[in-house]
Amino acid sequence: MMTTLTFDAPADPILERRRRIQSVASASLRRRKNYSRVAIGVCWVFLAVAIVPLIGVVAYVVIKGLPAWNADFFTQVTEPEGIPGGGVWNAIVGTAVIGAIATAVAVPVGLLCGLFLAESDGRIAGAIRFTADVMTGVPSITIGIFGYIAIVKNTGHYSGLAGAFAIGIIMLPVIMRAGETAIRGVPFHLNEAALALGARRATVARRVVVPAAMPGIITGVLLAVARGLGETAPLLLTIFGNQYLQWNPTKPMEALPLVIYNYSSQPYADLVQVAWGAALLLMVVVLVLSIGSRVLAAVLQREKR
Amino acid sequence: MIEPTPPASVEERVNFNTGEVLMNPSVGEPIMRLDDVTVSFAGRNAVRGVTFDVHQGEITALIGPSGSGKTTLLRALNRMHDTVRTASVTGSVKLGATDVYAGTTDATLLRSRVGMVFQRPNPFPTMSIYENTVAGLKFNGVRKKALLDEAAESALIAAALWDSARDRLKAHASTLSGGEQQRLCIARALAVEPEVLLMDEPTSALDPIATKRIEELIGELKHRVTIIIVTHNMQQAMRVSDRCAFLLMGEDKAGELIEFGPTAKLFSEPTDPRTLDYVNGRFG
Repeated sequence: MMTTLTFDAPADPILERRRRIQSVASASLRRRKNYSRVAIGVCWVFLAVAIVPLIGVVAYVVIKGLPAWNADFFTQVTEPEGIPGGGVWNAIVGTAVIGAIATAVAVPVGLLCGLFLAESDGRIAGAIRFTADVMTGVPSITIGIFGYIAIVKNTGHYSGLAGAFAIGIIMLPVIMRAGETAIRGVPFHLNEAALALGARRATVARRVVVPAAMPGIITGVLLAVARGLGETAPLLLTIFGNQYLQWNPTKPMEALPLVIYNYSSQPYADLVQVAWGAALLLMVVVLVLSIGSRVLAAVLQREKR
Repeated sequence: MIEPTPPASVEERVNFNTGEVLMNPSVGEPIMRLDDVTVSFAGRNAVRGVTFDVHQGEITALIGPSGSGKTTLLRALNRMHDTVRTASVTGSVKLGATDVYAGTTDATLLRSRVGMVFQRPNPFPTMSIYENTVAGLKFNGVRKKALLDEAAESALIAAALWDSARDRLKAHASTLSGGEQQRLCIARALAVEPEVLLMDEPTSALDPIATKRIEELIGELKHRVTIIIVTHNMQQAMRVSDRCAFLLMGEDKAGELIEFGPTAKLFSEPTDPRTLDYVNGRFG
């Protein structure tokens, strides 16, 4: 009977305590479940509160913008009030050219800065990181003024390049920080594994760390591009707007956000209609970029395995 | 002449789900029964058709090479797979009279009866040593300071942490060494006074000295709680366990139970040749 001694119930403090704890646990179960239900309910309510305006905005833009979409909308340039037809082809071209130039400049610069930030913790890196964080919070009109003074004033005229310059500055800190985060997310033991094979730091970064961080980097870059394409204020002061088709970025250009801004405040129904259509188009572009970044990241993630 | 003590099988306990009064099984009787347990993720079996009994007051070791499903099986015993959307568990797991996977069984209550210690020490980083120890009790609605203190002291003593920690109960858990942190996690699990304690390779992240202390601890704890331990280390299984379940990856990559029995027999004269090969270190 020796083996059963510890389980001889009444005197055993552990069994006694187990009984007490279990009775408290089961007695409080209803209270805890109710609390849990209430907490989850509150979460749902706030989720609804947050999501209603989101869905509302999207639905409203779709309902208002879709009627503006037709073949002319995507192929013709904007027409003044009173002339039927017309589209936003000039604005599409402008947004594409400006976005491409801004991306082409901001992505390599931003990613190399991000790599530097991820690899160093010194005072310089700290200062740059802080500046980048402040930059993401700077009102975009300020960047527009900077673009106006730096490019428009100095060259003497508005231009798509000035807009690309301003948009690039908007994108830069976002890419830097996204790149840094993605690169820092790569486990350090991968660094060590490469270093222990005799790799130089640059080689480690190029061959091991950056490829491993690629899904995060691509997501960050595409989100930054999406952000840049939607900016209006920096363009207002730099590209001026152009009713005519203009591929040359050294000349004033039209852009989708500008169409939305200028036409939505017009007292003419057909111009407002064009503004809604442009808003929907911009939203779709941003949506495609966001979804594309996720899909691409998922594909790259799968390939890594 | 002294009257023999009656067997201890008369301890009353209430089934949370049904309110019925249960009997506490005495030492050596089955406390957990696994019957044809299969765990699958997204339709692919990870462990298939495992059947064995876990005996009260004993230490049961799950051994086998990597990929044999030891940890997966262990986590099925306190419904840790509930958090994985693609996971499904079929077959039957019984804790006493409670059907672990019955719809009426509350997973949180079940887990207060079946505790768990993980591979890596995972004390709550924002809580002190004392707060860590009583965390499970507080989660379960215990508020009485006297009961919390009593359970904390008892658990810390049982986890051999009381002597070194009693004067710094308010210190953060991160100030403890790795081995101490793992013992704190054991104390944290014990404080809830579970009936069964699941240990998932509890020493794999520890150095040999800390491992030795935990192993000694496990031996002492079996008078308090039934232990099921997953281990990679056959010497460890031999040292600490009373019974052993040997799992092996089958042809479809799902783990199967090859042999179950008393540890001494499994290691000296196993019935299955694969067990013999494994315990003699010929593979795995």
